Amino acid sequence: MRYLPQTAADRAAMLADIGVKTADDLYKDVPAGMLLTKPVNLPSHQGEYTVERTISALAAQNLHADGAPFFLGAGCYNHHIPSTVDYIIQRSEFLTAYTPYQPEIAQGTLMYLFEFQSYICNLTGMDVANASMYDGATSVAEAVLMAKRVTKRDNVTVVDGLHPQYLDVLKAYLTHSEGTITIGDKADDTTACVVVQTPNFYGEVVDLKPLRALCDKTGALLVVAINEIVSLGMLPAPKEADIVAGEAQSIGVPMSFGGPHLGFFACKEGYIRQMPGRLCGETLDADGKRGYVLTLSTREQHIRREKATSNICTNQGLCALAFTVHLSLLGEEGFKQLARLNHEAACDLADALAKVPGVKVLNKTFFNEFTVELPKNSADVVEALADIGIIGGLALDGNKLLVTATELTTPEHIAAFTAALKEVL
Amino acid sequence: MESAKVHHMTPEQPAFMAKVPNNKALMLDEKLLFEQSTKGRMGVDLPALKGTKSRTGLAERAKVGLPEVSEPQVVRHFVRLSQKNYSIDGGLFPLGSCTMKHNPRLNEKMARLPGFARIHPMQPDSTVQGALALMHDLSHWLTTLTGLPGITLTPAAGTHGELTGMMVIRKAHEAAGKPRKIVLVPDSAHGTNPATAVTCGYTTYPIPTNEKGHVDMAAFTKAVDELGEDIAAFMLTNPSTCGLFEPDIKNIADKLHSIGAWFYCDGANFNAIVGKVRPGDLGVDVMQFNLHKTFSTPHGGGGPGCGPVVVSQKLIPYLPVPRVEKKGNTYSVVTKDATSIGRIKGFNGQFGMMVRALTYMLSHGADGLQKVAEDAVINANYILAHLKDTYHVPFKSTCMHECLLTDKRQKETGVTTMDIAKSLIEHGYHPMTVYFPLVVQGAMLIEPTETETKETLDEFIATMKKIAWDAANGNADALHANPVSAPARRLDEVRAARQPVLRWQTA
Ligand SMILES: Cc1ncc(COP(=O)(O)O)c(C=O)c1O
Repeated sequence: MRYLPQTAADRAAMLADIGVKTADDLYKDVPAGMLLTKPVNLPSHQGEYTVERTISALAAQNLHADGAPFFLGAGCYNHHIPSTVDYIIQRSEFLTAYTPYQPEIAQGTLMYLFEFQSYICNLTGMDVANASMYDGATSVAEAVLMAKRVTKRDNVTVVDGLHPQYLDVLKAYLTHSEGTITIGDKADDTTACVVVQTPNFYGEVVDLKPLRALCDKTGALLVVAINEIVSLGMLPAPKEADIVAGEAQSIGVPMSFGGPHLGFFACKEGYIRQMPGRLCGETLDADGKRGYVLTLSTREQHIRREKATSNICTNQGLCALAFTVHLSLLGEEGFKQLARLNHEAACDLADALAKVPGVKVLNKTFFNEFTVELPKNSADVVEALADIGIIGGLALDGNKLLVTATELTTPEHIAAFTAALKEVL
Repeated sequence: MESAKVHHMTPEQPAFMAKVPNNKALMLDEKLLFEQSTKGRMGVDLPALKGTKSRTGLAERAKVGLPEVSEPQVVRHFVRLSQKNYSIDGGLFPLGSCTMKHNPRLNEKMARLPGFARIHPMQPDSTVQGALALMHDLSHWLTTLTGLPGITLTPAAGTHGELTGMMVIRKAHEAAGKPRKIVLVPDSAHGTNPATAVTCGYTTYPIPTNEKGHVDMAAFTKAVDELGEDIAAFMLTNPSTCGLFEPDIKNIADKLHSIGAWFYCDGANFNAIVGKVRPGDLGVDVMQFNLHKTFSTPHGGGGPGCGPVVVSQKLIPYLPVPRVEKKGNTYSVVTKDATSIGRIKGFNGQFGMMVRALTYMLSHGADGLQKVAEDAVINANYILAHLKDTYHVPFKSTCMHECLLTDKRQKETGVTTMDIAKSLIEHGYHPMTVYFPLVVQGAMLIEPTETETKETLDEFIATMKKIAWDAANGNADALHANPVSAPARRLDEVRAARQPVLRWQTA
């Protein structure tokens, strides 16, 4: 067995040193009759190429974005990832390290986490960011839990247009706490926070100023959810927010059927001690040299146990590295240009779709995705498009379809899409 | 005369001295990318813009605040950072409770196949049958290995699995009439256990550990008798965080079931018993896996992980959505279910980790996984056997996949667990888990895993003995000062917390 170095002779020698006869003697505390004498009923071990064949055969059954014109987004986006990103994250020292609990031999991880936090702060216009969350949905849910801790209030207002899965996760996370979740744009002095996504689920860009005013009036916190982080290269930083939480998969992380992705979490300075998750901070070592450590851990489960701000432990370290590498490559100008390219591709797509008979673009504003109305049930249309090898967007209720363009969308893809639509409509 | 006078003076430091980097052979000083930024550099070449008029409805952003560097600079930066990290690929990583085993590269290759990496979670089911089949197969492996029939793959990490499992338990109690109030948690439990119980609206009640390192059965029985039907569940780690198998586990399960409470098992330490013992046979109702421990998906410097949860028959109705279903030869995703706790994560969970874990399981097979557990246990006991005369062993017994030592003897000369850990760094090892479990003073929890050779273990044992020898022979000061050769010396954690600097800002 290629992953197991111990030979029969090794095992025998080691068991002798331990002072037992067989490995099973070491399982002496297992209740009688419960130690399996035979392997469970599953296949036996296999060599590398046999496994590779089996797994590759499963991969080959899927229609992937390189093999199809692709217009699906809705919180998970088809962007290009520079080759450098995957090379860096596959370096042993990053890939096979643990959480940096021993900072003297984990400065590599800690330094990129510090850069990651700095990038998220600059992108969002917030003062502090943590070292990652599981994904956008759980990050928004944790933001709401934090808002409830900070304000000591129970109720939550969610502005229509939050990703429906984010709303579902929020509901599940709030099952065991007091208060209500109301969809709308009203708040009062019992409201812990107002949650708003921009661009929203339908692609519409939201002006945050009126919501900031509402929060100022009622003392609620403003939680801004973002699930297409590339939009921050074009849209203003959501400085009106108290907490910005969301998904950063678009930079450096593949779609991968929905995960692993990269949740991010940023907020105003005053709330640091109420934040969930890990924080990396700068300090000095015994020689007075600059170095980094995980810090403010008195918020966390391993110190605070039942009083922790969150139970989160392992999160998305390597995805945060992928993001940091990709964003470093893009830099100030590249990131803004990437955002612009996405927007231009979406404008081209909107113009092309508007010309298809019976198709109407519903958005007043958008970044890289928008909703169209079709003359037919959109779920049927998506299925029909899939049959001819086009991933045509996300079917919403009735005849509505949510479509997305990115820098990877070509004029040929758009032409193939409109031609196919004309056929299936 | 003049020149002789000059000759005797210490020469003034030439200006270039300040520019000499603080490098030592392979240890290269590295600044943050922000400090390397030069306007006009870029690490990508993007196509020209067309100049389409903006339809965002808002003014276009002028400044983001990102550094400007080229691709070679980015590569060099991150390569230099990587050289400051210890990794399992590079050496023994005996971090107890974390199962830092070899991470096969085949897993990485498989997860990167475009048919997995480049598919979207909301594509029509008909276009992702292979991905759904993979999830279905993985579910079959995990349920078979545990003897627990229900499963969800969506939780993102072990802790998220705990949360999911406890939500399922609460929902089942609610369905039966009332949620109950209390979750029993041993005092040796990982911090995520009590944190999770509280997140689910429960209060925790501690169960002490006895002098053998096991659940104190008298205290447990008393708690059950006194608190009765207020108890929702017991969250027990088995094998425990002391590295021991709970001998009374079956009685614990029976006792819990007699009052209608559920038995939650933290499966972080499943590596010790995979293929050897099925938790379902022991009476466990819910268990989370940490695929990033037992099933070799890389820990990535702090994730991503994956924390599937298996449950007993009666809890199946409450599992979260989405779930993969197979009808005939067709797979589909179930997203609506009236009795479910709902959705606990976006999309399908950490799918890429599922690809890696199944690849690993197929490689080992049922026979190999059994060997995994045996070798993990042999390796830990081998270390214990060779160190038990050098270090204090709090619980006199053979262990499971990790062994627990303390600094009790070394403390006599002022050398602590911290010093021993930092000295291991000086000797080229990642330290064991330190000061955990909290119930054992100066705890050192050593988990070698099955993927280490006997020779590696022998060297580690010798190093541990040397550190103890140094402590006993007047070298305590050197141990306090360690590490001296690592990329950083001991770091000032108090300063980091008192004056938090959590992002780069221009001076
Ligand atoms: C016993 C135990 N339970 C739970 C966890 C948490 O798992 P994760 O870090 O995957 O969330 C850990 C891992 O550190 C653990 O050792």
